[in-house]
Amino acid sequence: MRIELEKRARVSTLFSLLSPLLALVLTLVFGAIMFWLLGKSPLNALYVYFVEPLLEVWSLHELAIKAAPLILIAVGLSVCYRSNNWNIGAEGQFTIGAITGSILPVLYPEWHSPMILPLMLVMGMAGGALYAGIPALLKTRFNTNEILTSLMLVYIAGLFLDWLVRGPWRDPQGYNFPQTKSFQIEAVLPEILSSGRAHWAFVFAIAAAVALWFMMRFMLKGFEVSVLGQSERAGRFAGFSARRMVWFSMLLSGALAGLAGISEVSGSIGHVQPVISPGYGFTAIIVAFLGRLNPLGIIASGLVLALTYLGGEAAQLSIGISDKVSRVFQGLLLFFVLSCDTLIHYRIRLVFARTKPAEVTG
Amino acid sequence: MKKLIIALAASAALLGGFVTGAEAQEKTKVCFIYVGSRTDGGWTQAHEIGRQELQKALDAKIETPFLENVPEGPDAERAIERMARSGCALVFTTSFGFMDATIKVAQKFPDVKFEHATGFKAAPNVSTYNSRFYEGRYIQGQIAAKMSKKGVAGYIASFPIPEVVMGINAFELGAKSINPDFKLKVVWANTWFDPGKEADAAKALIDQGVDILTQHTDTTAPMQVAAERGILAFGQASDMIAAGPKTQLTAIVDTWGAYYIKRTQALLDGTWKSEQIWDGLKDGILTMAPYTNMPDDVKAMAEETEAKIKSGELHPFTGPINRQDGTPWLAAGEKPQDGVLLGMNFYVEGVDDKLPQ
Amino acid sequence: MFEAILLTVITASTPLVIAALGELVAERAGVLNLGVEGMMIMGAVCAFAAAQLSGSPYIGILAGIVGGGLFSLLFGFLTLTLVANQVATGLALTILGLGLSGQLGEAFVGLPGIKLQPIVIPLLSDIPFFGRVLFSQDLIFYLSVALVVGINWFLFRSRRGLKIRAIGDNHASAHALGINVIGARYLAVMFGGACAGLAGAQLSLVYTPQWVENMSAGRGWIALALVVFASWRPWRVLAGGYLFGAVGIGQLHAQILAQNLGIVIPSQFLSALPYAATIVVLIIISHNRRTTLINTPASLGKPFVPDR
Repeated sequence: MRIELEKRARVSTLFSLLSPLLALVLTLVFGAIMFWLLGKSPLNALYVYFVEPLLEVWSLHELAIKAAPLILIAVGLSVCYRSNNWNIGAEGQFTIGAITGSILPVLYPEWHSPMILPLMLVMGMAGGALYAGIPALLKTRFNTNEILTSLMLVYIAGLFLDWLVRGPWRDPQGYNFPQTKSFQIEAVLPEILSSGRAHWAFVFAIAAAVALWFMMRFMLKGFEVSVLGQSERAGRFAGFSARRMVWFSMLLSGALAGLAGISEVSGSIGHVQPVISPGYGFTAIIVAFLGRLNPLGIIASGLVLALTYLGGEAAQLSIGISDKVSRVFQGLLLFFVLSCDTLIHYRIRLVFARTKPAEVTG
Repeated sequence: MKKLIIALAASAALLGGFVTGAEAQEKTKVCFIYVGSRTDGGWTQAHEIGRQELQKALDAKIETPFLENVPEGPDAERAIERMARSGCALVFTTSFGFMDATIKVAQKFPDVKFEHATGFKAAPNVSTYNSRFYEGRYIQGQIAAKMSKKGVAGYIASFPIPEVVMGINAFELGAKSINPDFKLKVVWANTWFDPGKEADAAKALIDQGVDILTQHTDTTAPMQVAAERGILAFGQASDMIAAGPKTQLTAIVDTWGAYYIKRTQALLDGTWKSEQIWDGLKDGILTMAPYTNMPDDVKAMAEETEAKIKSGELHPFTGPINRQDGTPWLAAGEKPQDGVLLGMNFYVEGVDDKLPQ
Repeated sequence: MFEAILLTVITASTPLVIAALGELVAERAGVLNLGVEGMMIMGAVCAFAAAQLSGSPYIGILAGIVGGGLFSLLFGFLTLTLVANQVATGLALTILGLGLSGQLGEAFVGLPGIKLQPIVIPLLSDIPFFGRVLFSQDLIFYLSVALVVGINWFLFRSRRGLKIRAIGDNHASAHALGINVIGARYLAVMFGGACAGLAGAQLSLVYTPQWVENMSAGRGWIALALVVFASWRPWRVLAGGYLFGAVGIGQLHAQILAQNLGIVIPSQFLSALPYAATIVVLIIISHNRRTTLINTPASLGKPFVPDR
């Protein structure tokens, strides 16, 4: 018996909508089995994971806080991946953006102008973009694979941050612990609603997602991205430059990652410390794919993934399921989404014939 | 549309009510937030053991829920707030990086009490607690000076924070009290917890000629390397004798249980107050693993030093002590303020390494 | 001292070399598997668990290989049969592997490890210096050397290897020639998984005989870099792996020497050296566009659906 794929004449719109739902259902089923194997009531566990976090206002705020950087980074990455530029270093761009955006509050803690926050955000975006420019430069100039260069730069960025907060940027009144002074109030990204902690990063994320969706759908640039991603040759015939697309996509995704970085530091943390990200840059890659590289889909997938984090925490407390299970859940979700996506482009047939392709001997 | 959502949410809540079947909670909740995994064999596991001892001691009156692998950063604030919201009366946040998050949540929940480990920010409902690890380091230094033939020890350090610097200094001072020419070689692993890196650091130190090893990182990898190479070593955070039966001299074992019981009892009695606690050997917040693999006279010396520290007769940081560059720090008989120690960012004379300034 | 340092470098480099070699074969067949980290950690936990339960580290090695190989089947099924995106699937594999291994390994944390003992080759091990360094090593080291030689022979001197390279360069043409592209790729992916699993076994049985969550510590990603670094040639993987290992160990020694000499070098800078070095070498290697194009498997990462 063989599984054979038959390409559909047209992309199936039915499955475009059905596939993520199917994936979610499959994940829930497998998750239920997993919980049952662990000796916990499956229904209860699924409820705690997926429904409970949605029932309280403070929890919804936390959802927005957790989802914002994921969505912001992922929409940038989606443009990158669509154009066949594989930026895996968003984590590093996040870090550098956080650093460059924090230059003003750390070096000028007495500056109380309302200008400081917009400047910080712009500097954060610039920093992230510049850092993403390194793998872009290496790719266009030296033909170096951007997956690996951007990845190596992640480690370097992390070590640089570590050196900064333990050395030159350390708070002199902080008992020599690796932390900067807390930012002045003008440098803190404000909350959106007073009912909780969610701050403007969530607004940025939604705005960026809508803007990029618009660009991809209705603007020439979006067309350029898709064409170059699918076939560089075709793009060249249309007058598009693959080289310039490398720069565009990398700088864009770097800027958004940098914005996420400074927003997180300024809004959620309030100072710079050695650990500012629990791996957002990498999780965002998953969010991008879960959202099928569509900015609006990414809003949904970012929220869903954030939900699994919150649910996982709640489950630790109320049912006693370990946090490793959350990671297994996320991996499963991604697996199922990827599998179900096949149905959009292909029909699956089970072939029972026993014919084998003729092997050319010799 | 809104009505539909409300209806859905309501039915979900009802369903949840059926499914979870909440019972009336009589027991007080004492909650724990861990930065690492509770089976990490190091820092977090020590806190977990303390929590289990607490649960056993006051089983009838308390519950001790916990959250593990909480990253320092914005997730921490959410996790701590979740604890506060779920009815915890007392929350222990067991890592320095939770400091600001603890303070922020404490402001929102003035009726909940918080205790933050190894930090320095307090509030009316936030206490801080810490352990005088340096006392154990001093004893280790003395043992090292007696047992080392070359007079050089290798120190696998994690990050240059005051706690680690204090440890290095105390170790050197202890060693110098026996052998004034004792030297320390420090390698910064830039991690608390990475067996491969720690093993490599251990091998590098041994290859560079040290014959005693100590660590401020948490896995048993250095002890294993030491065992293989026939070098004596000190364990960290837990008793590592199993990894080096003929190798471990002693270890600083974090024994938080007694402290947790003390503070929970105070909570139950209504006498809990916000304090900045820095307990030591005499309070049992740290314990030395049995002295092994050394001749009886060294063992006797170590026990004597331990007793003197417990009684207050000996303070590891007692002058005359000079800084690394030779300038005097403590005059003869002078002891430093706790604040100075808590922010320690300089080496004492005899340590070759240089700290970032 | 030099000999001792060399031994340390060998231990540190071996898992990188083995994992990279496995990935090299997969990539030569045109499959980009970013899940090396996940497969490696699964191999590590399977190896440790099996060694603990059976008492023999050799059973552990076997378990590591099988564990990595089976785990890679997930990847194979998704990318080869269901034609899912390889980058995303590889990442999913890594996440799943890290979570699953943590779950499976929970019972084994803190147990004293069982170390794989060296196998001393008689006569050869009496050669001064080289005897001790090369011929008194554990089985996994010998396997790593055998893999380099074997894979090099297989890819460049054997008919099957030629088929693999053909698939990697142009899967459509290979299919037209009657080569079973999907089948061969499955085998290549499983081989990659088995190697990653073996590398993981080295971590928990030789490097640091214990089990700790996430003990692969990013080595899978380094292995991926090594493959590109080596222009998909096995001997260069060996060279690259040892270079990376040497820089990693070297920076620790540099810290100590700097202390002796009173020089201040931030340790973060030294820790960053291996990664910076990798970037530099990557630039040098890929700089010549023609050589890169010649060596890169042209259909790397591209989905393949056999037409009927």
